[in-house]
Amino acid sequence: MPLKTTPFHPRTAPLCEGQTWRRWAGHLVASSYELVHEREYHSIRSAAALLDVSPLYKYLITGRDAALLLDRVVTRDVAGSKVGQVLYTPWCDAAGKVMDDGTVARLDEQRFRLTSAEPNLRWLHLSAAGLAVTIEDVSDSTAALALQGPNARAILQQLVNVDLGALRYFRIVAATIRGIPVTVSRTGYTGDLGYEIWVDAARALPLWDALIEAGTPYGITPCGLLALDIARIEAGLILLDVDYVPAHRALIENQKSSPFELNLGWAVKLEKPAFVGRAALAAEAARGPGWNLVGLETEWDAFERLYAEVGLPPRLPAAAWRTSVPVYVGGDQVGYATSGCWSPLLKKSLALAHVHAQQAHPGTEVDIEVTVEHRRRRARARVVETPFFNPERKRA
Amino acid sequence: MAPQYDVIVVGGGHNGLVTAAYLARAGKRVLVLERRPLVGGAAVTEEIFPGFKFSMFSYVVSLLRPEIIRDLDLPAHGLHILPLESTVTPMLNGDYLAAWPDHDETRRELYRHSPHDADAYDAYGRVMHHMAHAVRPILSMVPPDPTSLSPRDLLGLLRLGRHFRNIGPENFHSLYKLMTMSSADLLDEWFETDVLKATKAASGIIGTFLGPRSPGTAYVLLHHYMGELDGVFRAWGFAKGGTGSISEAIAGAARRFGAEIRTDATVIRVLIKGGRAEGVALESGEEIRARAVVSGLDPRQTFLKLVDRTELPPDLVDAIRQFTFRGSSGKVNLALDGLPSFTCLPGNGPHLRGAISISPSLEWVERAYDDAKYGRFSRRPYMDIVIPSMIDSGMAPPGKHVMSIFVQYAPYWLDGGWNDAQREAFGDAVIDTVSQFAPNLKSLILHRQVLTPADIERITGLSEGNIFAGELGLHQLFFLRPAPSWARYRTPIRRYYQCGAGTHPGGGIMGASGRLAAIEMLKDGL
Repeated sequence: MPLKTTPFHPRTAPLCEGQTWRRWAGHLVASSYELVHEREYHSIRSAAALLDVSPLYKYLITGRDAALLLDRVVTRDVAGSKVGQVLYTPWCDAAGKVMDDGTVARLDEQRFRLTSAEPNLRWLHLSAAGLAVTIEDVSDSTAALALQGPNARAILQQLVNVDLGALRYFRIVAATIRGIPVTVSRTGYTGDLGYEIWVDAARALPLWDALIEAGTPYGITPCGLLALDIARIEAGLILLDVDYVPAHRALIENQKSSPFELNLGWAVKLEKPAFVGRAALAAEAARGPGWNLVGLETEWDAFERLYAEVGLPPRLPAAAWRTSVPVYVGGDQVGYATSGCWSPLLKKSLALAHVHAQQAHPGTEVDIEVTVEHRRRRARARVVETPFFNPERKRA
Repeated sequence: MAPQYDVIVVGGGHNGLVTAAYLARAGKRVLVLERRPLVGGAAVTEEIFPGFKFSMFSYVVSLLRPEIIRDLDLPAHGLHILPLESTVTPMLNGDYLAAWPDHDETRRELYRHSPHDADAYDAYGRVMHHMAHAVRPILSMVPPDPTSLSPRDLLGLLRLGRHFRNIGPENFHSLYKLMTMSSADLLDEWFETDVLKATKAASGIIGTFLGPRSPGTAYVLLHHYMGELDGVFRAWGFAKGGTGSISEAIAGAARRFGAEIRTDATVIRVLIKGGRAEGVALESGEEIRARAVVSGLDPRQTFLKLVDRTELPPDLVDAIRQFTFRGSSGKVNLALDGLPSFTCLPGNGPHLRGAISISPSLEWVERAYDDAKYGRFSRRPYMDIVIPSMIDSGMAPPGKHVMSIFVQYAPYWLDGGWNDAQREAFGDAVIDTVSQFAPNLKSLILHRQVLTPADIERITGLSEGNIFAGELGLHQLFFLRPAPSWARYRTPIRRYYQCGAGTHPGGGIMGASGRLAAIEMLKDGL
């Protein structure tokens, strides 16, 4: 069987000039549409980017016990959420190690949509034992677009029959766009002002066309995953399989991470009576995590010096990297970075790194390995707060 | 009475703001005085027609120094440089030449014109890369005086000598050629495609009163490659919100460090007592005291207008009088109802997001210069066009556009002088010439602003409308900018300094003059 394509493929395929595709959950999604992805990145921060995010796994969970099921699975408080609210949340195994992260949207009192990076049908079924709940895998039947960037609201407001000014950060609303029923959530993976639009796969193409048409005067730009990867690092957002290994696929204990170790402690609601991993997480909260996920900024002068030594101007990667890179204090390795990029906006080299808890305080100086002309060198870097980029418009 | 400020910066152009920010960062009490209601000098964004924003004068960022972006954390103050990805030159035969952001695409395009040139392009790029790499450190260097025997100058010269020895004989020879040849002659050595040479050469004459066949223009070709050296650091491109946003970001940084900025405050005179600056007098009659004064204005104003000539040695007064300005370029800003359609590439497309160079042949550009030599504006000028609203949709209302046309040549010393009729005739020549390549242009124009060098002088104060605060000719660069022995940001008047683009390394939105001036002032123990 060939890889799947998304419902937007008839539109995205002709735009993909370099035929450069990335795999995402068994689908083909454009790495970049233009031969150089730079403009797509800038559209996220300066205008509006249109991203096909259909490959996300999506589950519709309905029934009397729908909230109860989700509260058993995820670490945040689902029962306490309001209709129209969206929660970002990780979920864990019994040992309190993260299996996946995604969003729970409360579409109605007893109707939720869960999105995830990995298939979760079996886990949801196992957790639903004895509950009055229906779990439907709508991954293929629901298409999704992310419209992200400072102009996103101006574009979308022309098309929807609801007031987007009233749709707050991490809220969702049902609407129609040129007669097409959609749900619009004030969410995204870029750390910018943005929306995600959920639609029946059969109506995907007219939705794409409507957005392109309304967005063109506002600089809407179809945007691939290379650009998104830079934006999500700037936003300090982690990626499964890149920044952490899902617990149920880890082969050794050390590969697993708890929410606390991923800087997601804020999403663990220990006051909830029962959820998978609660006991382990309560114990970890009491003793404090051994590791932390932190932001690193590499010092430019150190970096430039390493290149000057070999007679070259500094080389900066155009795309985000996702390899494990050692992080040191003095001679000792204290952790590893899992992804990073040169931020074209902030003009800084950024990385997301796992470091020992003692080295996790902002301002801590570490050394990060850089390869300069085939040689492994180290450059000074500093632990900083994430998100690296956090504009007011993100929540406005 | 103790002075209220450590330093007064005269002129809130981008260099003055950079100086202010660096001094404030070092803990100095700084006051910037700007004559206009907004800061930025020639780097301003103004809404001259309702809903349409224009980078009135300077319209692209080329060489804004990365160290300034970092030291002042300009992105945190709103600086966002967007890529200006392509250059398209429409040709007289209806074809075009394009340079695209993707190397393979550009190569293929060149190959279409000349397989030889496609091959030569990479080799040329490599040589220019080496040259730019060799020359670039000079941009961040305080020029040593080659005639001085002071240890500091000797050390500087020694370092410079060592630096050039290290670049190797082959590169040294190329560099020598680059510093002496005309851009057309140099390009003739590499390429056969006329339109390619014309487009490259045109970038070497911007802001000068020289043509592509004038000796000494070749080295300006380097500037482009110096920008490329900054690579993905990308200090060149189009500033979101127009070039005014660069000035605003620097002003924001300066204010955060504690600098005070006053607009609508015209300095008419620097107060001097016993050969030492001690403040300024404003047009309003107000006098403000400070321990030092630094002028961000051009050399003519810094030395001949703000201070009494009797305070200066006669040879310096003479040198400044000889310093050439000779503004040679104008600007036409258009508010458009829609997008122009170029005959060579009809309709909308990626080419409208880059530069459009009206330089169809070397002869075209040289003849444009011929007009200027004899005191006329070019009837068919060289033009560098961008449509900022295609890069940043916020520059115009949705669906509408702004077009920025940099025009050369428009000599300051126009035969008969500039007046309203001449300005409009110049504007007509520009529009007629662009329309030759984009016939629907005239029907789209909602508003037209024509700026001659006389207008540039009147609005920004830049003498003779020279966009670089003095020609960037070899005769007035490095240790000769603005005058021998006074190229290190100081003046014969104690505590009176210069930080404008009339000092090394000079024009463009680079900020290097402003930064180096601040560093020198701090060295003097201010």
